[in-house]
Amino acid sequence: MTLFLQQLINGLSLGAIYALIALGYTMVYGTLQLINFAHSEVFMMGAFAAFLFAGAMGWGDGAGVGAAAAVALVAMGSCAILGMTIERIAYRPMRKSTRLNMLITAIGVSIFLQNLALRLWGTNLTFPDLIAKTNWEIAGVNVASNSVMVLGVTLVLMIGLTWLIEKTKIGLAMRAVSHSRETAALMGIPVDRTISFTFALGSALAGAGAFLFLLGAPKVDPQMGAMPGLKAFVAAVLGGIGSVPGAVVGALVLGLCETFVSGYVSSTWRDAVAFCVLIVILLYKPSGLFGKHIVEKV
Amino acid sequence: MAVGRYNRALPELPVSLILALGLLACNGGASNGEKGEIVIGEYGSLTGTAATFGLSTKEGVELATKEQNTAGGIAGNTIRVVVEDDQSKPEEAATAVNKILSSDRPVAVLGEVSSSRSLAAAPLLQRASVPMISPSSTNEKVTLIGDYIFRVCFIDPFQGEAIAKFAYGDKGLRKVAILEDVKNDYSVGLAKVFTENFTAMGGEIVGQEAYSEGDFDFKAQLTNLIAKEPEALILTGYYTEVGLIARQARELGFKGVFLGGDGWDSEKLVENGKDAIVGGYYTNHYSVDDPSPAVQDFIKKYEAEYHKKPDGLAALGYDAAKILYMAMTDVAKDPAMAAAFADRSSTPATDETRLAARKALRDRLAVVKDYPGVTGNITIDKDRNAEKPAVVVEVTKDGPKFVSKISPKGSEPAPAAPVDPAAPPADPAAAPPAAPK
Amino acid sequence: MKGAAIGYALFVVALAAIWGVDQFVIPYTDRYLTDMLLRVAICVISVSGLALVLGFTGQFSLGHAGFMAVGAYSSAVMSMKFGVPFPLAVLLGGLFAGVAGLAVGVPSLRLTGDYLAVVTLGFNQIIIVAVQNSGSFVDAVRALFGTSGAEGKPAELVLGSFGEVLSRFGDLGGAQGLTGVPLETNFGWAFTWLLLALVTLRNLLRSPHGRTFAAVRDNEIATRSLGIDTTRVKVTAFVIGAFWAGVAGSLTAFKLSSIFPNQFESKVSIELLAMVVLGGSGSLSGPVLSASLLTLLPEFLRGLAEYRMMIYALLLVVMMIVRPKGLLGTRELSDVILAGYRRLFPVRKPA
Repeated sequence: MTLFLQQLINGLSLGAIYALIALGYTMVYGTLQLINFAHSEVFMMGAFAAFLFAGAMGWGDGAGVGAAAAVALVAMGSCAILGMTIERIAYRPMRKSTRLNMLITAIGVSIFLQNLALRLWGTNLTFPDLIAKTNWEIAGVNVASNSVMVLGVTLVLMIGLTWLIEKTKIGLAMRAVSHSRETAALMGIPVDRTISFTFALGSALAGAGAFLFLLGAPKVDPQMGAMPGLKAFVAAVLGGIGSVPGAVVGALVLGLCETFVSGYVSSTWRDAVAFCVLIVILLYKPSGLFGKHIVEKV
Repeated sequence: MAVGRYNRALPELPVSLILALGLLACNGGASNGEKGEIVIGEYGSLTGTAATFGLSTKEGVELATKEQNTAGGIAGNTIRVVVEDDQSKPEEAATAVNKILSSDRPVAVLGEVSSSRSLAAAPLLQRASVPMISPSSTNEKVTLIGDYIFRVCFIDPFQGEAIAKFAYGDKGLRKVAILEDVKNDYSVGLAKVFTENFTAMGGEIVGQEAYSEGDFDFKAQLTNLIAKEPEALILTGYYTEVGLIARQARELGFKGVFLGGDGWDSEKLVENGKDAIVGGYYTNHYSVDDPSPAVQDFIKKYEAEYHKKPDGLAALGYDAAKILYMAMTDVAKDPAMAAAFADRSSTPATDETRLAARKALRDRLAVVKDYPGVTGNITIDKDRNAEKPAVVVEVTKDGPKFVSKISPKGSEPAPAAPVDPAAPPADPAAAPPAAPK
Repeated sequence: MKGAAIGYALFVVALAAIWGVDQFVIPYTDRYLTDMLLRVAICVISVSGLALVLGFTGQFSLGHAGFMAVGAYSSAVMSMKFGVPFPLAVLLGGLFAGVAGLAVGVPSLRLTGDYLAVVTLGFNQIIIVAVQNSGSFVDAVRALFGTSGAEGKPAELVLGSFGEVLSRFGDLGGAQGLTGVPLETNFGWAFTWLLLALVTLRNLLRSPHGRTFAAVRDNEIATRSLGIDTTRVKVTAFVIGAFWAGVAGSLTAFKLSSIFPNQFESKVSIELLAMVVLGGSGSLSGPVLSASLLTLLPEFLRGLAEYRMMIYALLLVVMMIVRPKGLLGTRELSDVILAGYRRLFPVRKPA
């Protein structure tokens, strides 16, 4: 039984990381109908920003909560700026183009950032343990303090984000733009600014995700975003792309699936699980768990 | 298939051809070089994911070449090493070797670290009858390609056996679990051989799980393995993940010991793994604190040149080059051979003489015995693999510390006095059995 | 029918030329040059298949390298374990890849654009994982069926032989690679297959089928409303594309003598995609041109190898913004040459 519980905790903490990245995907897709392939690299850049900032400030192991908070904020801020910049330079000129072309551009940006990071900073850098980690043992199950933090932060963010989208003016603008860009523009909504804001927000979430990720896996590497990003995207689709609670639920479900398959079936198939899940979902319920069925009009 | 409907000409085919020919005509053509120069080829991963491996090896080779040239080269000819990058890809390794063979007409070629890239290049070198020496490819299939293919490192079957011997014999472990990198051919091979040897000795593998290079979360696999209560975890992957795995294992409450192979060898291992990995053991090609004068000499020279301590790959690159030069010097005692080495023209006559010279070199390499290398006493066996001991080192905060040497015949504890390479290996039967921990 | 006769004649002449070069020119040619020619040919074969799927039918396939893997492994196994001669092995490799294309295409092609991209990427990864796990597959088969021995009851023998065949097929070496593939790929065969690929694809695209592909790409719903089964059209294009990827993969296996699963990862699929897009989706000669150039370019920029991927990526982004149709857009090289010719020698209308 403890084995099952331990794997449950493992799966949930893994899922929580995916959730933070998935939120960014879902928000951008909701507004622009674009799979932002570069999102996983924004995540990776956030990790590098955190690493470089901590290094510049000379913070090493045990630097404390204050340092950690500062690093987290820097990560989120840099990601937000990076996300907005990418949108401005690479995606905005493509708005009139086909979705296929936008997707290709996103892929190009993604590859560029990966290789840029490789060239500038190299591979396999270690992030310091800013906050001392504690392990609690509850009912024979090991729970790491950072897993609890990740889960907590994700839940808070999910609630905050849902409130933002449903109850605030900017949220209303985002929803309007996702419905119809032209109509929103006609209604006087500053479309460009809204889209920029969406990117900034989604990217900042990736930055937060990167920081929390580093607490559990303190390794910074240009390739670190590729797989988690892809799996987070699968999670977003699973939950219904465009839906905030969907992204979180989808991510947790995916994390659990991956962990249980790895634990009870075979760990060599671990990577394939996410894709199998994706394929099954897209074949039988393309709108995902929480999504709405969108009818394509001609 | 309506082949007949060929209304307009098909320019694509000839265009691609013309492009290829035109562009390459500017690039090809053998460089003749200067008189009195012997050319050696080297292919390695200078860029790409395995860049650090290729660069270490290159530096080792460079150092050896510099030494040899200072000492007069080979029969008075300077050695020039032509290095081509294979971008960490097997397909590029084949192209790189083809380029070296056509542009530079080397006497021999050094390379590569990764077995998959060695396997891509070896068939070409075998066909061209150019001796190839791999400094560190451990997949046994590499030398099976042909009799011109050599290596100066031990092969995975031996390394797996060495780890098993150390685990069972020295550490007295009886129940272990394995975590391998399913994407990495080295890791999979090592795990397989370890399992064979350990179970043959009477040990038990209580569990085996896998991960992929680049993963960051190993908790699912570790939870499973730890539940089976192994005394040790055998991590056969590269240092890039091992550090993280060790940390997560400790977090999950694992108190046992970690063991691994030469893929752990990097200063980043302790950086990543911190306290978790300290106290782990791994087999390697050499140890930085080996008191033998040959090793310490090498370390000093390398540090002076490159301002860092050499890793196992640099040491192997150094040994590979030195063995090659030793063999060439021997063969070059015959002035006709020496002339053939330095000759890079290409007429049917000179092609013959150069082929004969390379064959002589190959034959000489095949009988290398007890060469005192930095990475141990090297003898090339009948399969053209190196028969040499593996060292077991312990991971400490200040770097790897020598623990034991495992020769192909037995295991000896750490020597107190400098190892004399001419002395016969210690009698393994005399070593006391290790007490189980 | 004069056009058809000329066509056949040209084809035979081209074949003769290829083999003539192979027998009389290649043995005296610089091996580096030959190596690059082979690589260009193989890359172009693969990219042409993708051009059909992506450029002409508008299906965003990010799993092309997976089909190359299927072709490579199956042809290698056919040759080494079942003694099939090289040319047939390559054909079989292509056919196996085509079947894989069918298996992947039928469920996936109901999806559009972005989703299709990710699903094909997923299938690519699944194929790689399957190859990596081939060891345990072989163990399972052996345990289940036993292996054939000379003695034993007939039922055991049959099951055993079946098991033997399956396990021989499945023994792909996993991450440790499949080695010992005979070095058979030469100029003659590589360029023969290239000629076949270009001719068949060209003819396919000129035929009514070709127009159907383009129709599906431009407006699928309208095409469907005309009564055309668009899914079938898409799957057909997909299978053909996969076939050629399989051929390219097989030729690669017999060129390198050893194949490893991570040679066919999704990274490679993305590079192939880049070649098609940069060459011009909607053109066949465009991707052929860009594939040739992009395979050769790294050889000249050997010093810039570290920046190669960055340059690719930048090119991709800039191209998409500035010239989204790619180098040649929807035109063929022959159109470009013709247009240039016309401009130099305008046809004068009679007064």
